Amino acid sequence: MSIKEADRVLPVTTRESDSTRERRSVLRPSRIRLYEPLVIGTLSVVLALTVWQLVANARIWSVLFLPGPWDVAQAFVQLFQSDDIWLDIATSGEELAIGYGMAIVIGLLIGLLMGWYTRFQYALDPFVNFFYSTPRIVFIPIFILWLGIELQPKIAVIFLGAVFPIIINTMAGVRNTEAALLRVARSFGASDALTFRRVVLPGSVPFILTGFRLGIGHALTGLVVAEYIAAKHGVGQIIAIASQTFQTPKAFAGVVLIACTGMLLTTVLHRIENRFQSWRPQIK
Amino acid sequence: MYDRSAKLAAKGVVIEYWLQRSRSLFTAVKGVDLEVRPGELLAIVGPSGCGKTTFLNAVDGLIPIAGGSLTLDGREITKPGRDRAMVFQQPGLLPWRTVLGNVVFGVEAQGSMSKGEAIARAKQQIELVGLKGFEDAYPLELSGGMQQRVNLARALLTDPEMLLLDEPFAALDAQTREMMQLELLKIWSQTRKTALFITHDIKEAIYLADRVIVFTRRPGRVKTVVDIDLSRPRDLRVKRDPQFLTYEDEIWESIQEELAVPAERLIAGVPAA
Repeated sequence: MSIKEADRVLPVTTRESDSTRERRSVLRPSRIRLYEPLVIGTLSVVLALTVWQLVANARIWSVLFLPGPWDVAQAFVQLFQSDDIWLDIATSGEELAIGYGMAIVIGLLIGLLMGWYTRFQYALDPFVNFFYSTPRIVFIPIFILWLGIELQPKIAVIFLGAVFPIIINTMAGVRNTEAALLRVARSFGASDALTFRRVVLPGSVPFILTGFRLGIGHALTGLVVAEYIAAKHGVGQIIAIASQTFQTPKAFAGVVLIACTGMLLTTVLHRIENRFQSWRPQIK
Repeated sequence: MYDRSAKLAAKGVVIEYWLQRSRSLFTAVKGVDLEVRPGELLAIVGPSGCGKTTFLNAVDGLIPIAGGSLTLDGREITKPGRDRAMVFQQPGLLPWRTVLGNVVFGVEAQGSMSKGEAIARAKQQIELVGLKGFEDAYPLELSGGMQQRVNLARALLTDPEMLLLDEPFAALDAQTREMMQLELLKIWSQTRKTALFITHDIKEAIYLADRVIVFTRRPGRVKTVVDIDLSRPRDLRVKRDPQFLTYEDEIWESIQEELAVPAERLIAGVPAA
């Protein structure tokens, strides 16, 4: 290459690598880019609600069949003005808290034991497989027969729903401990207890939290279906009664309430998961 | 003939293990006789899959020996102990712990030091391996060379009688590897710990060691012992010393004889240990 050519080529490349566009994308995303997920997400929700409202306004179907978002919003407000709503929420909340709480404690314990002790896993695997591959809501009629229509059958089905994803993920977390780390621990003469506490358990945390998060979905399914079938109070019961009595907007409002609960709990767990991942380098 | 002056003594060491897949007994090492003298840095080289890492694992007490005897200071080695510390080929750092947290892990596992003392000494050790200022960094934020420094510091903090190094620089790029060799010599010259260093890199072995042992192909045993008579401290220029090159030729020839084996023996379908 002649000097002349080099002169011609060089400034161009320098200018390109110096261009503000490139620098921005590499070093620091612009403000718009930072909020892009939020902005696009919000816009798409607004668009969906608008289309829904327009379709509902056209009244091709009656409000009993397809209420618009505005009808649902009004029903939602009305719902919270009624006297029973707090009892319903409290009932469902109690069922969820007890059932899911028990699932966390027992699922974690069994999952850790199954992961750590192979023979314990061999003993329990058939049961875990049996229950996990069966939709747990099929047990509701049996639970109602055994436990009545109060809180207990709901707690039982919520527990059964949530406990297995927690067991399975916790066990996977323990089993997935890197062999190299276990070898290091053994080489330095670490006791089993110390290896478990300092190596296996912290390494399993991401798996365990994933189990918790998956458990929430199963728990809510159990809660609502159990309340549909037979209950005195509860958000699931609101939805069931509202749709049977053609209060469709109210049924929709109940659905929104359940969905919000699920999203809230899942988001909280996502936040906790991220907190435990602070050691991972941030790759965007 | 038991040599009282030996730190580590291996006599007729045999290591076997059961291969589930082929349902056969696999002999990794057969009849290793060697001695590591106090304060000596001994390197073992050999063709890949010759069982040198397996032998080191047995010295660490991670795998049992099937025959012969293996003693450190006259005591039989049966399990990992505080008198030995391993620097692993893969750093094996806890990703959720900082550099400091990882360096103390060895003594924490041994339960040989109070927490305060461990942290204070770990900080010195981190400085010694050249990681000052990175105490609070997480392993995934470090380069491969820096991770190996943590690996080394963790072993050194336990203050073992004998340091075992399993190809610690094998996964590093050429430049980093040379830097790390230089650093290791610097650190080693300050402590003069008895060390057993496994490598497949002949130059590395000569550069670091007082003696280099060549293993035969599998099942491995000692083939040649080469005394490395190069003055210390050694800088990287030693690698171009005529004497260095003579050693290199000698060792390379010895290994080459082991590589010149019928093809069917090389592809016996057995994974390297």
